[in-house]
Amino acid sequence: MTPVTVTGTTQEAGAPFGAAPPAGDSSAAIVTRGLTKRFRGGQVAVDALDLTVPRGSVYGFLGPNGSGKTTTIRMLLGLITPTAGTYDVLGLPPARALPRVGALVEGPAFYPYLSGEANLMRFDAADPSARRATARRRIADALDRVGLSAAAGKRYRNYSLGMRQRLAIAAALLGPRELLILDEPTNGLDPQGTREVRALVKEIAADGTTVFVSSHLLAEIEQMCTHAAIMRSGRLVVQGTIGSLSAGRVPLIRVETPDVAEAARVLGELGLSGVQAGAGELTAELGGQRPEMINAALVGQEVAVRGLAVVRPSLEDVFVGLTGEGFDVDG
Amino acid sequence: MSTAETRTQAGAGAAAAGQLRRMPGLVPVTETLRTVERRAPEPLTRDADEDAGEGTGGFTGGDAAGGLRIGAFWRLLGSELALTFRRPRNMALLAVLGVVPVILGIGLRLASSTAGDGEMGGVVQNLAGNSLMLTFLSFSFLVLLLMPVAVSVVAGDAIAGEAGGGTLRYLLAAPAGRGRLLAVKYLNAVVFGYAVTAVVAVTALLTGLALFPGGSVTLLSGTTITVGEGLLRILLAVGYVGAAMAALAAVALALSTFTEVAIGAIAGTLVLLVVCQVVRAVPALAPVTPYLLPTRFTDFDGVLRDPVDYAALRDGLLSFAAYIALFGSIAWARFSGKDITS
Ligand SMILES: Nc1ncnc2c1ncn2[C@@H]1O[C@H](COP(=O)(O)OP(=O)(O)O)[C@@H](O)[C@H]1O
Ligand SMILES: [Mg+2]
Repeated sequence: MTPVTVTGTTQEAGAPFGAAPPAGDSSAAIVTRGLTKRFRGGQVAVDALDLTVPRGSVYGFLGPNGSGKTTTIRMLLGLITPTAGTYDVLGLPPARALPRVGALVEGPAFYPYLSGEANLMRFDAADPSARRATARRRIADALDRVGLSAAAGKRYRNYSLGMRQRLAIAAALLGPRELLILDEPTNGLDPQGTREVRALVKEIAADGTTVFVSSHLLAEIEQMCTHAAIMRSGRLVVQGTIGSLSAGRVPLIRVETPDVAEAARVLGELGLSGVQAGAGELTAELGGQRPEMINAALVGQEVAVRGLAVVRPSLEDVFVGLTGEGFDVDG
Repeated sequence: MSTAETRTQAGAGAAAAGQLRRMPGLVPVTETLRTVERRAPEPLTRDADEDAGEGTGGFTGGDAAGGLRIGAFWRLLGSELALTFRRPRNMALLAVLGVVPVILGIGLRLASSTAGDGEMGGVVQNLAGNSLMLTFLSFSFLVLLLMPVAVSVVAGDAIAGEAGGGTLRYLLAAPAGRGRLLAVKYLNAVVFGYAVTAVVAVTALLTGLALFPGGSVTLLSGTTITVGEGLLRILLAVGYVGAAMAALAAVALALSTFTEVAIGAIAGTLVLLVVCQVVRAVPALAPVTPYLLPTRFTDFDGVLRDPVDYAALRDGLLSFAAYIALFGSIAWARFSGKDITS
């Protein structure tokens, strides 16, 4: 399967990405060329991956469990060596780029016998470009940002799962970051925590930081990203702006009514194609029509409209359309 | 985090007055998707809200001055030492090693007051009035097993423990740097090895002074030296035994890079140690014994000769250096290219 790169014509494509990138950096935050990882034992976890993550984007890295997202992120962070291919992060060699990159990889990991604050101090000490003199303030800011200030002195062992995830995000925010790599940041969070992470990602992105966020939840990515790439069994299926990804798929209108036959007739008269009648509801391709006019026409013909909705194509539809497969676990 | 107050970077100088912004908990979908107002990423004025005179601010740029890199190395080492010396498990090990010389001293004291001249007579006689002798006795009692256990626990845990806990990936992503991290881990283990040695020496010395008061020290060769010279020789022994522990730490560290299970690296080191002892006990394998690490451990008693047997000490130190070079290289070869999948 050849990866499709969609260059969008939608509004996000025109957004001022990387208008003034820092000196020496390319305009992309991440570029990979033919990136491949074959694990000992022969498993190809990532297969000839070509990604381009524009600066300033919130880039969703989507794929079912086991599709190679974490493996890709580990390569970007220099944790594992690619079998083949090259990559660029912020246009710098990895050792120089990493201080500008905040990362969350495969869930939080901290020292259970240290407090949240002491844990952050530990990881700050590991960064050679971070200064001790400002560490306390930066740690306090990071904890504040994720809403953990009150639990700063509590041992990590006693943190709830949500608090652990927040601490991991705080660790990624210890310095001024140009790129944030978040591997399934909402894993294990309740719906409230998920919303909070989404809001935080949006806020960080609004400050100009590029966010590369992986997820196996399509809906989540649709809600917070400007761009997305979809992985399947280690291969890139498609990448582009969110708008362009679903551009090829048409929105549908769904009408709930007891008068299905009559409604179908009206929709047909309006020139809608693809009318499909079901039990108590019917759908049709919206085309260029305005939903309110359709509603008025239905009501004018005395069709009892109980519900009317525009169904926009989801990334899941895109995925299924491209692969012909469901979005399940990869081997 | 939705309700957290967040500071916006308000540019240089205006920092303290950074505005407070509140994030909404629930972000409407449409907003997240399309209408986020973006500004182009600007060259980061790193920690713009630092004091104006401070130059580089909280972070140093990619081309940081060498001085700062060295400072960062000591900072990481400091963090490592703090972690090691605050960890209850390690403190318990040090406490046990501190108690053994006390027990040994009390036992010998009781033996000397009851036994008179039994089998223990020799040792006890040697000790009575020889307050410094308890230190050497404690070393020979502990250097072959208990002290190596303590050092193996810290050095074997060094990489494997971080890998097992998952913290290794975050240290390396920080980025700690593989060479830097390995060097810090090793130095930390060496410091711990010397701490172990010093704890034994100091408690043994204090116990000896309390239980066996006496002026001069009689050496193995029968000659007598002053307390001042005796203390000097203890210092020499501490230096030697510490170096022995450093050599052992290199072995444990190398094993630590091969596993994600700390206990495996620790047990592996101790098994190697025991195997060495067994080999040493087999006469047929005598040609091998000079090359085994534990053979050199007890050679600290060179300081009890008159004059000090510097040749034996030098040979021991050379073989420790060889072990450190060999196992340090193994550790580096393994760790520098290792895939961190934990
Ligand atoms: N250390 C490893 N050794 C062998 N195979 C691995 C290893 N880590 C991951 N894999 C395999 O690589 C594939 C991709 O895994 P991963 O990158 O973790 O997927 P994701 O993060 O998308 O869920 C999976 O099939 C997984 O079984
Ligand atoms: Mg994963």
